Amino acid sequence: MRLLLVDDEGELVSTLAERLSFRGIDADWAVSGEEALKMAETEQYDIAVLDVKMPKISGIQLKGMLEEKYPDMKFIFMTGHGSKNDYIAGSAKDYYLVKPIAIDALVSKAEEIFKNK
Amino acid sequence: MSLIENLKPKFLSNGDNRDACTCATRHLFNFSRIWNIAVFHTLVVALVPLISMTCIHYKMTKDAVESEVYNNTILLVNNTWRAVSRFYDERKNGLELVANDYTYEDLINPNKLANILINIKKSHEAFIDLGVINSSGIQVNYAGPYTLIDKDYSNQESFKKAVEYGFYISDLILGFRDIPHVVFLMRCAKTDGSFFVLRAALDIQPIDEMLDEVDIRGSGDVFLVNNKGVLQTSSRYHGDIFDEVSRTFFDKVSQSLSEYSVEIQVLDCKKQDGETIVVGYGNIPDTPFILMTVQQKAELMDRLHKTRVRVFLFLAVSSTLIILVILGMSTYLVNKIYIADNARVRSLHKAEYSNRLASIGRLAAGVAHEINNPLAIINEKAGLIKDMFTYKDMYSKDKKLIDLVDSIISSVERCGTITKRLLGFARHMEPSIQTINLREVIEEVLSFLEKEAEYRSFTIDLDIPDDIPEIESDRGKVQQIFLNLINNSFAAMQDGGRLSIVVRSKDKDYVSATVTDNGCGISDTDMKHIFEPFFSTKLKKGGTGLGLSITCDLVQEIGAKINLQSVVGCGTSFRIDFSINLDRERK
Repeated sequence: MRLLLVDDEGELVSTLAERLSFRGIDADWAVSGEEALKMAETEQYDIAVLDVKMPKISGIQLKGMLEEKYPDMKFIFMTGHGSKNDYIAGSAKDYYLVKPIAIDALVSKAEEIFKNK
Repeated sequence: MSLIENLKPKFLSNGDNRDACTCATRHLFNFSRIWNIAVFHTLVVALVPLISMTCIHYKMTKDAVESEVYNNTILLVNNTWRAVSRFYDERKNGLELVANDYTYEDLINPNKLANILINIKKSHEAFIDLGVINSSGIQVNYAGPYTLIDKDYSNQESFKKAVEYGFYISDLILGFRDIPHVVFLMRCAKTDGSFFVLRAALDIQPIDEMLDEVDIRGSGDVFLVNNKGVLQTSSRYHGDIFDEVSRTFFDKVSQSLSEYSVEIQVLDCKKQDGETIVVGYGNIPDTPFILMTVQQKAELMDRLHKTRVRVFLFLAVSSTLIILVILGMSTYLVNKIYIADNARVRSLHKAEYSNRLASIGRLAAGVAHEINNPLAIINEKAGLIKDMFTYKDMYSKDKKLIDLVDSIISSVERCGTITKRLLGFARHMEPSIQTINLREVIEEVLSFLEKEAEYRSFTIDLDIPDDIPEIESDRGKVQQIFLNLINNSFAAMQDGGRLSIVVRSKDKDYVSATVTDNGCGISDTDMKHIFEPFFSTKLKKGGTGLGLSITCDLVQEIGAKINLQSVVGCGTSFRIDFSINLDRERK
């Protein structure tokens, strides 16, 4: 299982990637949508963990772009807002985690998605 | 409601603790001033023409009555003047007849003169006697009740005047007989070219009687005076014969009356006591007499007095009606403006309050979101440290380090809970109807106030059954209602107070929530105004007077009902009945 973490807060995603590596999960990280798209061209990712609110390309837009190119890719959203209800964006199958993220919740959600893939 | 209460403007009975608003939401008008201007101008516009027309009408009536009084006086004087003039004319003609019909020789015959006197008395009353005076002024013959033969009249003014003018009527005199009488003297020619004077004395009694019979009302008087103002007949109120009449009006009469004028005149005179009298007068031709009538003007104007009373009554009744209608209408209209302006101010305040709450909500959401990111970084860094401690053997045995990291992670979780709650609360500021669990809402509101409750040692009893039905309503408005009520209770309670919130299912349609505190309570006087905007008992302590007013509006907006019970010194209880089904309530 290989994860792509995307958030404009580099400190957050880099730390998150390192913590995932302790749990045996291989994760790369990017600080913008453009960077994430470039990385997706060179590497194959099973799940993308996206921040909803990012400059230039938002998490929702990025999901659309990635989904178009890589139909098998699954998505988990991270949001600074209290409820996922604000970001339905027409896709009830997506998963939302509210910041600050509990690492165990992210791991279990990723494993669940990967298993069902 | 009494008439006075209806006329009393509502805006004048506001309490001192009203109208605490400022700037844009202040009342647009000064209602007392509008009311005063409306009443004053309408009264002026309505009453000035009425009073003017009444005064003009009164003046015209007064002039007409006065004119009638003068005309009647002229008529009275004229009629009396004709009668008196005729009286003296007839006597003069009678004497002329004697002078023409009889010679000097006949007249100096005592028997003949006596017969002439008898005859002339028959045809003309008032003749007392007849005498013949020769050119030397010696009375040579006399017929009458006195002994006046040989009396010398040569030095008397009347004799001289008669010789000079041919005929003369004297003022009233006493003469040799010492009895008031008037003397007629007529110069007659003798056949030899010399002259003699025929002299007749006339009693004043017939003239007195004639004047007594004049129909003059009330305290009116009619009499003859000579040109010096000495009474020539008796009068009712102005003295007896030979008395002088009051100079106050006689001087005025004599100034305006020339000696030979035969015109009848009328003038007003003011007596010393201030009373106005109407004097009518005219010269009696060929005599020294002036006929005068004196009447009190007030008596003559009696008809005007009745008119005046009627005019005054009309003015008083119509003015009172106009004043009452103007006061009533002005009060009614300004009250309506006042009520409309109050509603406007209330709406503006509500909008301002809602905007402020929405702004605070947006600010809170923004702050919470921005804090979430650094919190997430702290969380992940602390998590990484913990991972390193956990997964690397060199730190895994150091419990103290693990505890420190756990403490950081625990604090981050607490902060996360607060920001999530803030975001949740702010989100409900936008109006939306949804199914609400009252327990959740009340607990959420209390979670914001729990620190204050803790600091002030309040005990909060929450009694909400688990099976309480959910209601359909606007979550944000219900939150605000409870927030305002609980805040209000906190403000009313001393430290260590007790607040209880009880929710019960009233029946299948309603759920009631009761917020009770053991605070200071609300007096009966304040209870009447408690839901009015800008009413507050803690204006000086930072209260806006809007909390309960807006709560009341919110309760109405969601179709609920609010009830209040309070005992001063014991506490206050607010009960809100929520409709379970909003559509049913709206129908």
